[in-house]
Amino acid sequence: MNVSRVGAIVVRMFYLYRGSPQRVFPIFIFVAIDVLVWGFLTRYLNSVSHADFNFVPALLGAVLLWDFLTRVMQQITMALFEDVWTRNFLNFFATPLRTSEYLAGLLVVAVITSLMSLIAMLILARAAFGLSFLTYGVAIAPFLMVLFVTGIALGVAASALVLRLGPASEWLIWPIPMLISPFAGVFYPVTVLPGWMQAVALILPPAYVFEGMRSVVAGHAPPWDRLAIGAMLALVYLALACLFFFATYRVVIRTGLIARYSAETVT
Amino acid sequence: MIPPAPCVLSVERLEKSFGDVRAVDGISFHVAQGEIVGLVGPNGAGKTTTINMILGVLEPGGGKIEIEGVDLAADRSRALSHTNFAAVYAPLPGNLTVEQNLRVFGMLYGVSDLSERIEKLLAAYDLMRYRRTKAGVLSSGEQTRLSLAKAMLNRPRLLLLDEPTASIDPSNARDIRAGIAKFVDNGLCGVLWTSHNMYEVQAVCDRVMFLSHGRIVLEGDPKTLPEEHGAASLDDLFVNVAQEALYAAGGR
Repeated sequence: MNVSRVGAIVVRMFYLYRGSPQRVFPIFIFVAIDVLVWGFLTRYLNSVSHADFNFVPALLGAVLLWDFLTRVMQQITMALFEDVWTRNFLNFFATPLRTSEYLAGLLVVAVITSLMSLIAMLILARAAFGLSFLTYGVAIAPFLMVLFVTGIALGVAASALVLRLGPASEWLIWPIPMLISPFAGVFYPVTVLPGWMQAVALILPPAYVFEGMRSVVAGHAPPWDRLAIGAMLALVYLALACLFFFATYRVVIRTGLIARYSAETVT
Repeated sequence: MIPPAPCVLSVERLEKSFGDVRAVDGISFHVAQGEIVGLVGPNGAGKTTTINMILGVLEPGGGKIEIEGVDLAADRSRALSHTNFAAVYAPLPGNLTVEQNLRVFGMLYGVSDLSERIEKLLAAYDLMRYRRTKAGVLSSGEQTRLSLAKAMLNRPRLLLLDEPTASIDPSNARDIRAGIAKFVDNGLCGVLWTSHNMYEVQAVCDRVMFLSHGRIVLEGDPKTLPEEHGAASLDDLFVNVAQEALYAAGGR
């Protein structure tokens, strides 16, 4: 892997972010809105609920963790969309740039922007609602890692779809996290789901994170064995997503779609 | 006797079909160092398909492409490291400035003295005053000059130019032709140049290939070829060849 070529993809995104507040703004604004809306909701639930249960770490924490996964996925696809919107695939892929280097560049951009999002989210949640991720103890590290890897896997798979289906598939990509969230048990235990949905949850890494998070909030030890399963699944999905991306690239090179990307030959 | 110049591009029995349409039909040719080869033909003849295959953005259905002896299919990245291109249909990202575009593509090509190289190219292509201007707001002629500056970033050994002066006024086009000819004169670079401007082809190309229905139907020196085939000019020869190929295709 050539560092200069990976760096070129990152530098391109740096130039775009530097000169464009409209690109920087979404890194923070959606997170801030979620923190405020869910923060006030959890505060309200705490005030009307007479139980000892604290909704802040269970509900607001869940929202923030889910937001983190969504941000990671979107940052990868957003970086790819920059090339879709400028019809730049021909220019980039007629250089010595390898597909793996392009993908690595998108990943680095996603890591940086997602971390910025995460930091903003932590500061705001702490300042406004007193939520600290330290509430979850050492388990927060695997929680974030599993969600991060899953977000990357989703972003890479979504990018492959965009590459294959053409510019209009943008509309297919954005709702992907929403489609997964009911199965992942973000706001409720997986046990409340019907049997078939629980079966789907078993193969979703985020489900293990949110189950683990609720377990920690309830005062139990983190379920390390379950988190290990979630981590393994996330890594498997990442490998599959990369294979899917490389296979898709081979298809678009064979059909010539990469050179005439706006053609949208798949109907 | 002067030994023949080494090949920078060797194309052997290259093929590509899209469904039932045979876009490129087993063509073979080479481009030597210091040579400018014109690739002309009517719309849909297979010129851009051929260039896309040489650029590695379209997989051939058959045949072999070697750039400086490196098999494109086996080591695409190495083969393309000394290749570059400019095409009227591939403008650089309009949301980056002129200088940012050159820096990003310079990094992709691994140009070692990048800042110095960018300064030279900005001056050579009269882009200095636009260095902080977004490429998308440049005029089409300025965008073409930027594409050509990008194409020169890595001092390519193989330069692919797909109608490079299509959006440029005659005065600038002449300067650009002269600039490319001068670059090729150093003897290290070979150029494959497609154009519908037969005057341009005659002015800059050492050799011209007529492509029709994916086949090379005529090849030779653009300065002597019209006379050899009883045509008044290269323009007339182009029309004759295109029409003959059309009749032949109709009769098939």
